[in-house]
Amino acid sequence: MIEFRNLEKSFEGKHGAVHALKDINLTVEKGAIYGVVGFSGAGKSTLIRCVNYLEQPTAGSVIVDGSDLTQISTREIRSVKKKIGMVFQHFNLLNSKTVYANVAMPLILDNTPKAKIRERVTELLDFVGLGDKAKMYPDQLSGGQKQRVGIARALATQPSILLCDEATSALDPQTTDSILNLLRKINEEYNITILLITHEMAVVREICNRVAVMEDGNVIEEGTVFEIFSNPQTATGKNFVNTVMHTEIPKYVTEMIENGSDSTDVYRINFVDHSAGRPFLSQISKKFDLDVNVLFGNITELQGVPFGNLIVRFQGDGSEVTKALSYLEENKIVYNEVNTNAG
Amino acid sequence: MLVNQEQILSAVIETIQMVTVSFLFSILLGLPLGIALFVTRKGQILENKALFGILNVVINTFRSIPFIILLVAIIPFTRLVVGTSIGTAAAIVPMIVYAGPYIARLVESSLLEVDDGVLEAADAMGATPSQTIYRFLLPEALSSLVVNFTIATIGLIGASAMAGTVGGGGVGDLAITYGYQRFDTVTMAITVIILIVMVQGLQSLGNFLSRVVGRR
Repeated sequence: MIEFRNLEKSFEGKHGAVHALKDINLTVEKGAIYGVVGFSGAGKSTLIRCVNYLEQPTAGSVIVDGSDLTQISTREIRSVKKKIGMVFQHFNLLNSKTVYANVAMPLILDNTPKAKIRERVTELLDFVGLGDKAKMYPDQLSGGQKQRVGIARALATQPSILLCDEATSALDPQTTDSILNLLRKINEEYNITILLITHEMAVVREICNRVAVMEDGNVIEEGTVFEIFSNPQTATGKNFVNTVMHTEIPKYVTEMIENGSDSTDVYRINFVDHSAGRPFLSQISKKFDLDVNVLFGNITELQGVPFGNLIVRFQGDGSEVTKALSYLEENKIVYNEVNTNAG
Repeated sequence: MLVNQEQILSAVIETIQMVTVSFLFSILLGLPLGIALFVTRKGQILENKALFGILNVVINTFRSIPFIILLVAIIPFTRLVVGTSIGTAAAIVPMIVYAGPYIARLVESSLLEVDDGVLEAADAMGATPSQTIYRFLLPEALSSLVVNFTIATIGLIGASAMAGTVGGGGVGDLAITYGYQRFDTVTMAITVIILIVMVQGLQSLGNFLSRVVGRR
C-alpha cells in the first residue's frame, strides 16, 4: 500500500522555486492497479519518483507498506527500494550486459548466491516470454522485448509494488497491448500493487481500477476508472476521457442544432450497465407518439461493464417529449439536454 | 646516418618502458580522480561541491603547465620518488604527473556519456554508491574509457620525446638530438616512421579493444 500525505515537492529553478507537487493526498490500496494521468509537467513523474525516493519530498510524507520514507535512514530507504520494482519509459537497461545479467543485477547487488540467481532469472525470463534471449544484449532486442527485460528486472527481488513510469509510451500500439497484458498478469499472479503514470488514457481504460487526474501539481480528480470515464468532473478529466471515449458531441450535430429550425429536443443519454442492454429507444417510440432519431452514439465496454452514450432527437409533440423524459427518469437513465454551448 | 641499429632498438625499448610504466601509474592516479570528479558533481551520487571544486582547480592547474616545464620544475619531487633526476626512471615520474590529471578529465568525460537513466535504475534498485560505480558506471563507460585511454597513451608517446631533457632516452629523443639538432635526415626519417608505426598500432589496438568490450 502506498499513501501520500500532504506531499509537497518544489525544485529550485532559474526563475525561483517550481512547485511540482502541491499538497497531494492519495492512497493506493494493496493489489490495485492505480493510474495517474496528466499532461507533461503536471507533476505525475515527480509523484511516482517520490514512492521510491528518487525524489525527496519537500514536505509531507510518503508511506510505503507502513514505513514513512521521510522518517527513516538512507540505509533503511535502500532496503525499502528493494521491495519496489520500477519500469522506465526508456527501459534504462545496461547495454554492456546481457539480458541475463540485466535481470540478475538487483540480486547481485543483494549478494544472492549464484545458484539462486540462476533459478530466479530463468523463472523470470520464462515468465516474460524471453526464455530464449538470456544471452542476447539489449541492442539486439525490439522495444517491446527490452521492456520485458525491464519488467523481469523490476520483479527480480519479488517486490510488493511495481512502479511504471510511462512504461508503454515508447512502444507501438500492439506492443503496448502485450506489455499491458503482462502487467495485468503480474498483478493477478503475484498480487503486486501497480502504480503507473501515463498520458495515454487508453492504458488506464485497459488495466487500471482507479485513476487520479493531475494538473499543475494537484490531483484534480480521483475515483474508480468507471466513475471517471462515465462522469468526468473537470475540464482536463473530460479532455482525457474524450481521447478514448469519443463522448464529445460531433461538429455536425452542433451545427445542425445551431442552424436547424427545430433546435430543441436533442438529448444526450448515457446507458450504463443494465440499461445498455435494453431497447429503451424503441420502447419510447412505441409508448409515446414520438420518432426517435439517433444523431450520434457509441457503446463501449469499461472494466467489463457496457457503457453507452447516445445523442438523440425526439420528434413529436412537446408533451409527449416530457412524458418520454420522465419515463427515462423512472428507469434511472441519465440524460441531459444538448445545446450548442454545453459540451 | 649518425646512429646504429642498437641505438635505435634501445631507444624503442626505452620509449616502450616509459610509456607503459607511466601509463599504468597514470591510470592508477587518473581513474580514481576522474571517478571522484564525476560522482561529486551536482546531482550525482556523492554530490560534494567543495571536493569537486578543489579537484577541478587542481586538475586544471596541472594541465595548464607545459610538459617541458613540469619536467624540470618537479625535479626535487622526482629525486624523492625514484632517487635520481636523470634517466628513464626520472622521466617516468613527470610523465605520470602530466598524464594523471589528463586521464582524470578523460575518465570524467567518459562517465558523463553514461545514460542518466541507467544511474536512475541503479538508484531505484537501492544500489550503494560503490555498487553504482562498479556495477553500473564503469561497465557502461568501458568502451569509451578504452578509446580515451588510447588517446592518453598516444599523448604519452609525444611527452616521452621530451624526456631527453632529463636523459630519459627513447625514440623521440633520438629524433631531436640526431635528426633535428645534428641535421641527420635519415635518422629523423627512421625515428619518425617508428613513431608513426607505434601510434598507428596503438590506435588500431585501442579501437579493436573498444569494439570488443563495447560489442559495437
